[in-house]
Amino acid sequence: MEIIKIGMADLGVAKPPSKLRTTGLGSCVGVVLYDQTHKIAGMAHVMLPESSLAKSGELTIGKYADTAIPHLINLMEKAGAQTRNIVAKIAGGAQMFAFLGNSDTMRIGPRNVEACKQALKDAHIKIVAEDTGGNCGRTIEMDATNGVLQIRTVNQGVKEV
Amino acid sequence: MAYFTKFGDFQFDVLREIGNIGAGHAATALSKLMQKEIDMKVPQVNIIPFDKVADCVGGAEAVVLAVFFRVEGDCPGNMFFILDLDSARYLLEQITGISKDVYEWEELEISALHEIGNILTGSYLSSLADFTQLNLQPSVPALAVDMAGAILSYGLIALGQAGDFALTIDTAFFEGNEKVKGNFFLIPDPESLPILFRSLGVPFDGDY
Repeated sequence: MEIIKIGMADLGVAKPPSKLRTTGLGSCVGVVLYDQTHKIAGMAHVMLPESSLAKSGELTIGKYADTAIPHLINLMEKAGAQTRNIVAKIAGGAQMFAFLGNSDTMRIGPRNVEACKQALKDAHIKIVAEDTGGNCGRTIEMDATNGVLQIRTVNQGVKEV
Repeated sequence: MAYFTKFGDFQFDVLREIGNIGAGHAATALSKLMQKEIDMKVPQVNIIPFDKVADCVGGAEAVVLAVFFRVEGDCPGNMFFILDLDSARYLLEQITGISKDVYEWEELEISALHEIGNILTGSYLSSLADFTQLNLQPSVPALAVDMAGAILSYGLIALGQAGDFALTIDTAFFEGNEKVKGNFFLIPDPESLPILFRSLGVPFDGDY
C-alpha cells in the first residue's frame, strides 16, 4: 500500500490500494473526490479561493479553488473516472487565529470553503461530507479502496467520514 | 519566485543580520525574564517552498505553541514565536511558577504566554525598527496550539498570492541546558522586501 503525499497547493489521483494524504491543513481546504464505481480518488490542497488573486504571471493550478477543482476532475477522468459518479468531501478552512477575523486576508479559511463549494457546484459535483471551519488544524487521509476520509485533529482525535 | 531570484550573497547577509539583531534583543529580554542564560543560533534565511516551511520546527504535523503577530506599518509581514510543548510548559513554570501541561492551560496561563510572546516579539521588532528607521506596528498577539503546518501556512497567505516560495528569517534560541527551545520566524510580505532593503541602503538585486 502506498500513501501519496499531497503538498500545499498540490493535487493528485490514486487507485486502490493507495491512499492520498495531506498534512497540516489550517486555512487551506482539502478537497477529496471519489468515483465509487471505478474506485478512483483525487485530492487537492487548496490554499486560496480565486486565481484572480495571483499577482505573478505564472499560475500554480493546485493553489486556487477555481483552478484546482476542474483540473483534478480532469485528471480523474483521464484515469478512468466519470464525472457523474464523482462525489466530494471537504475538510479544513479553519481560522487558526480567531481575533484576526475582521481582515479579509485573515478570513481566508471561510473564503476558501465558499470558493471550493462554488467550484464543485459549477462542476455539478455533490458534497457528501464536510468538516470545515473552527480553529483547529487537520490532517486528512483518503483511502482509494472505499473512499473513506479520515480526519485527524490535535484536540478531537480521529474521525472518519 | 521572481522576487527572490535576483538576490545575491549580500542581500542574504543583510537579512541574516536583521534576524541576528532582532532575535538578539528578544533573547536578551527572555534571559531577563527567566534570569537564565539564553543562547542563539546563527539566523537562517531561507527561500523555501511552502511545504517545507514547517520542517524547521519538526514537520507539518508537529504540535507546537505559536504566538502570532501581524506586523503593519512601513514593512508589513507576519511574525511567529514558536515553542515546542515541553518548552512552553517549562517557560511558563520558570516565569510564573505555574506548573501545568499545555492542554490544561486556562485563561491565566494563556494570557501569560501571550504576554511573554508580546515582550519578546516587541523587542525583536523595536530593535528592527530602530535599525531600519521604519515604522513597524505589531497587532495584539494571537496564540494557538496546533499542527505547525496549519499554523505557519497562515503566515504564507500573502506570499501565496505572489509565488510558491516563502522567504523566512528563522532564528532558533535555547536556554543553556536546552530545556527551552524555540524559533522566531519573520516572514515579510513580498512587497516589504524592497522597502526593507531601501531603508538600509542596500540594492534590491545583484551582488554588491
